Amino acid sequence: MAMEQLLELLQDDAKLTDSQLAAMLGESEEDVKKAITRYEKDGVIKGYHALINWERAGSQKASAFIELRITPKKDTGFDEIAGRILNFPEVESVYLMSGGFDLAVTVSGRTMQDIAMFVAKRLSTIDGVLSTATHFVLTKYKDGGVVFNSDYEEIDERGSNLCD
Amino acid sequence: MIDLDTLLNPTIKQIKPSGIRKYFDIANEMEDVISLSVGEPDFHTPWHIREAGIESLEKGRTRYTPNRGFAVLREEIAKFISRHYHVDYTPETDILVTVGGSEAIDLCMRCVLSPGDEVLIPQPSFVCYEPIARMAGGVPVIIETKPENGFRLTAEEVEEKVTDKTKLLVLPYPNNPTGAVMRRGDLEAIAKVVEKHGLLVLSDEIYASLTYGEEKHVSFASLPGMREHTVLVNGFSKSHSMTGWRLGYAAGPKGLIGLMTKLHQFAIMSAPTTSQYAAIEAMRNGDDDMEYMRGQYDLRRRLILDGLNKLGLKCFEPEGAFYVFPSIKCTGLTSGEFCEKLIYSKHVAVVPGDAFGACGEGFLRISYCYSVKHITEALERMEAFLKEL
Repeated sequence: MAMEQLLELLQDDAKLTDSQLAAMLGESEEDVKKAITRYEKDGVIKGYHALINWERAGSQKASAFIELRITPKKDTGFDEIAGRILNFPEVESVYLMSGGFDLAVTVSGRTMQDIAMFVAKRLSTIDGVLSTATHFVLTKYKDGGVVFNSDYEEIDERGSNLCD
Repeated sequence: MIDLDTLLNPTIKQIKPSGIRKYFDIANEMEDVISLSVGEPDFHTPWHIREAGIESLEKGRTRYTPNRGFAVLREEIAKFISRHYHVDYTPETDILVTVGGSEAIDLCMRCVLSPGDEVLIPQPSFVCYEPIARMAGGVPVIIETKPENGFRLTAEEVEEKVTDKTKLLVLPYPNNPTGAVMRRGDLEAIAKVVEKHGLLVLSDEIYASLTYGEEKHVSFASLPGMREHTVLVNGFSKSHSMTGWRLGYAAGPKGLIGLMTKLHQFAIMSAPTTSQYAAIEAMRNGDDDMEYMRGQYDLRRRLILDGLNKLGLKCFEPEGAFYVFPSIKCTGLTSGEFCEKLIYSKHVAVVPGDAFGACGEGFLRISYCYSVKHITEALERMEAFLKEL
């Protein structure tokens, strides 16, 4: 089976049913089901999420990108501190970066105040964290490959043609 | 006092409006209509191509271009045709950039046909050939292709219709609305007939980049000896999702392209400048986009084919363009009745097959240039519709 294609289809739309996936890939439904189960077991597929525009949902949500500079530990490098940070439920993602800082952490909370408190109390106090720089998200234009800002949303204006 | 009735051209007055119109009119008045009726890509023009257009505007490149189109664009088109379809054209003399493939079709017919000349038009096919042939003074001779041949045109069918007045054969493959493609062997057999009777061929290959399955598109002009017999029409609308830019081209023998250029120069002057800048970028760096979109259409093609077959609507496997052409004969309804009932009861718009020629009766044109979600929803509504019949 075209494994990569199956994963790409699921990445775009995890709600596709096994039977739809099978039709699109020209495979049997059973084989698709098996492949997905294996991917889930092997940790290739790590989960399924909905992409939610919280702004439009009317909920209050804040998020921030935080740059952390860190003193690496002798044996474990950056891993140990990254491991401590990722355990906080407020933390959505943790990346080790090249360039001017070390860890990029995205954090979400109910308000900016919550996030600021989290950074001050939890992140900056971790042993080995040299500095933090917090950048609050003001507007989300695009996330997960999907356009969020309605000014840029795609409109289907086809269909007025008489003889195509 | 003016009497338009006597003033206006009777040939044009007598041409029937496109059969698709009615369904668009109904659909436009409804809310929550889900349409599988359009004939243009849902993808936007790739951003780098749009940027090339924007950049040309920023730099103030807003004047006429040479009549034939920018020399550099014609060079890129020649390279593109050679790279993908293995025919070599001289950019200076053999290529004309037009306002969409449609203009190229119009120019070709008007430059070839004299009053009374016959044009062979296979159907079902795109709705423009017959009216354009008439407006050019020609006589359309329809060849009805058959479902049992996968709607391919056979050499015998052509031979049967050739008379001493036949000048032009239209080859509309990959085909809108059936999705049929011609195999090399089919084309070779037709080439013999073309050679024997000294015909010209208008090969409308606008869907060439959208060919699925093992065999790639074979351009009629690439067959031995056929380059001199063929006006190859293609464009950017379907391959690069550039419908609104209105840009296409014709490639063919110098003498005919020269004549078409003369007509184009008086009627049009030159194709849109911004579009030509964008098209240069499309030709140079757009092959990956083309391949990506083709892959996406292919997934949807299989999805919709599977869905329709499960609904019990018999469907031969289309290998090109972005349409499926299922038979609805099992329902006992005509194409028109089916479409009208479907749109009123389930708000799903599809196009009746007979809009593309009388022999399309009993079929539907269903377009799959829509998102998977959209296609799935439409199929569900169609399923409910068929159960209620």
